[in-house]
Amino acid sequence: MRDFKAATVAVTRFGFGAAPGELNAIAGDPRGWLKQQLIAPDPVVNGTPSSVKLAAYFKAQQQKATDPAGTQAFMSQMRDGFKNDIVQRTIAAAASATPFRERLVQFWSNHFTVSIQRSFVIPVATGFENEAIRPHTLGSFKDMLRAVAMHPAMLLYLDNAESVGPDSKAGLRRDKGLNENLAREMLELHTLGVNGGYSQTDVTEFANILTGWSVAKLGEPNAGSFLYRTDCHEPGSKTLLGRVYPDAGMDEGLAALEDLAARPQTATHIATKLACHFVADQPPQSAIDKLAVTFTNTGGDLRAVALALVDLPQIWSQPLTKIKTPNDLVTSVYRTFGIDDDSFEHAIGGLKMMGQTPFDALSPAGWPDTAADWISSEAVMIRVQWALAAGQKLGGSADPRTAALGSIGPLASERTMAEIGNAPSPGQALAFLIASPEFQRR
Amino acid sequence: MSLILPRRTFLGGVGTAALAAGLPRAVLAGAPTDKRFVFITLRGAMDGLNVVPPYADPNYAALRGQIAIARPGTAGGATDLNGFFGLHPALSDIAPWYKEGALLPIHAVASPYRNRSHFDGQDVLENGTTTPLETSVGWLNRTLSTMGASNRLLGLAVGLTVPLSLQGPVQVASWAPSKLPEPDTSFLSAIQYLYQSDTILAPALADGIDQEQTDNQTIGKGTGSTAGSGKYDDQTILANAAGKLLADPNGPRIAVLDAEGWDTHVRQGAATGRLADALGGLSATLVALRSALGPVWNQTVIVMATEFGRTAHANGTGGTDHGTATATLLAGGAILGGKVLGSWPGLTEDKLYQGRDLMPTTDLRAVIKTVLRNHLGVSQSQLESTVFPNSAAARPIAGIIA
Repeated sequence: MRDFKAATVAVTRFGFGAAPGELNAIAGDPRGWLKQQLIAPDPVVNGTPSSVKLAAYFKAQQQKATDPAGTQAFMSQMRDGFKNDIVQRTIAAAASATPFRERLVQFWSNHFTVSIQRSFVIPVATGFENEAIRPHTLGSFKDMLRAVAMHPAMLLYLDNAESVGPDSKAGLRRDKGLNENLAREMLELHTLGVNGGYSQTDVTEFANILTGWSVAKLGEPNAGSFLYRTDCHEPGSKTLLGRVYPDAGMDEGLAALEDLAARPQTATHIATKLACHFVADQPPQSAIDKLAVTFTNTGGDLRAVALALVDLPQIWSQPLTKIKTPNDLVTSVYRTFGIDDDSFEHAIGGLKMMGQTPFDALSPAGWPDTAADWISSEAVMIRVQWALAAGQKLGGSADPRTAALGSIGPLASERTMAEIGNAPSPGQALAFLIASPEFQRR
Repeated sequence: MSLILPRRTFLGGVGTAALAAGLPRAVLAGAPTDKRFVFITLRGAMDGLNVVPPYADPNYAALRGQIAIARPGTAGGATDLNGFFGLHPALSDIAPWYKEGALLPIHAVASPYRNRSHFDGQDVLENGTTTPLETSVGWLNRTLSTMGASNRLLGLAVGLTVPLSLQGPVQVASWAPSKLPEPDTSFLSAIQYLYQSDTILAPALADGIDQEQTDNQTIGKGTGSTAGSGKYDDQTILANAAGKLLADPNGPRIAVLDAEGWDTHVRQGAATGRLADALGGLSATLVALRSALGPVWNQTVIVMATEFGRTAHANGTGGTDHGTATATLLAGGAILGGKVLGSWPGLTEDKLYQGRDLMPTTDLRAVIKTVLRNHLGVSQSQLESTVFPNSAAARPIAGIIA
């Protein structure tokens, strides 16, 4: 039986909307289409490694005093490069043959936020996503956690690169010491959650455990890469969440991360965030429980968790519960209508105006995920304005009624279809479609 | 407009507001007050010990080391306030306000929150209770609910989203710059028709359309489309719009702005550095706000508050980690400024909270309650029952408002 409603849920809730012809192509087995995406291995994204880009950034910063013009030119090139990075990222999501997997990549990349609010993140934001997140999206949570904790972008963004054990060789030699930023946010945001039962002492102890996890500087081998600094590591055993980690250098951190990944609080925290993202702003406890149990029983197998998402009945029975974030909205417009060179400015400008330039979250908590965070009177006006501009830009490139049937399909209300049919111009018809409640939601 | 239902429970008193919001607009009266109130949320935990440095405290310089703010009269030094406290040099543009009586720092202030999570700390700062996630109705929305019915939106969120402090059943306006061409009314009516049965989009759009016209008249059409080249343009565009909207006799009475950049774990700096940059943005915001408010400045109180302070000791990386008490700044023509309030706990090891943070001696709610009562005319009983429940111990403070 061909199920167009389920097909629409599959592409909007799990992916980035419908590409032309997609609803028709998957209506025979929408769940199968999703599950199939979880079998295929993730394609390797080639590109200059983050370490190389960071080394270039370090160099430009070092030359600031002697060659200010050169540094300025580098920074301006770096910003252009970033713009290109996020355009490519948007295109990749809009054009992806495996949009569910791509949404998972973006979900995890947001869970482990690095933000261009710190300028050294600008050249490596997409590198972080491709190196630390993407390879583990269908792998195990603990591997992703370790990759994140060892990635130079995260070590710099949350300041651990500079953290020094007060009683370590380097700590005793210089006026340097502990920085607890990464340790706290890993407990609060990445693993246990804020009510996960840790204390200030646990934060300090975890920070001690992570001392030495750093980034090689210019003049050191492999500048810009992860570097474990033995002489910065706090000596002695540490106690985190009641568990004693005997003095073992970097292995303490590796063991602690593995233990954190396995804590039940972590399973609940992750399950709650996933349910909020895929089910509803205030997800039913039954959905959270199902995901948490899967996470726990499989040792944090993220493929199994993703499969459990597909099998959640609540997702399929209640379509359009979620308001699209600006990033969802812009990506889905270009998935449905195609993106060309002229559209980049409009796409990136829209993301900025609607308040979600990729990798520009204001805090390590990342982008929020509920309607209350994204919809205000002003935000809706800007969405409507952007929809009109997008419709006028795209007008004539697609037949509005066909585009509507092919994107919001069986979920389109009679009212929306009538407005699109009666629009005074093709541009306005597409604007109605983009602004419609069915298209603004997923 | 705010859209969410409370995460747990409604607090007492908001039912009235919900009713008022549902009444036909024409039967309601004008604004209940001529006073203006601005709340600036300093997100990221502002280091009060360097913003209002106790330079004469014998332990200050040693605790802070390289990032200590130098004494007044020395290079990169603080502006002296009262012989004990100074003001960070990055606030030099607003330092003269202190002498004028339009700037009032209060030290060793904290909300009731005692852990060190930014996100929970901000939640308590904005929900006005003692517990994170206790309610999704903010204390400013509850304040609006005590102000009686009005024929217009008295609360204004500056930016794309409505911060928690303003979220709740009383509808509020919001403003953000847009470079996009404005749709004509027939297009907007068609969209309103499309949104008719959408419980989230319909009310937001209705308010957006209502505001659009007023905003254009007040601020000037296309504001925000002229990008300048100043370092703090993003902030001043927002502050200018907020000031103009507040200055309008028929405009909002309460506005909320955000200021970011306070989470200075590394390279916090002293006279220059990350904290100085954040303060530069705040200073530019205040200067733009005052200029746009015009004469209404004299009827205005601005409260700047953050989720918690930072460690008394500098950390090992030229910065400070999450702490407890901090300084709160008040500004505006309607305050009794020109002094530093608060009880100074001292900085010796035994006087620090948990041996690491500035000890809280003033409850932030006491400061805010005083402003709401003495400035906006909210009654003490409404403050206790509705705006800040379970805050009876946070008594009003003398000497803040005339």
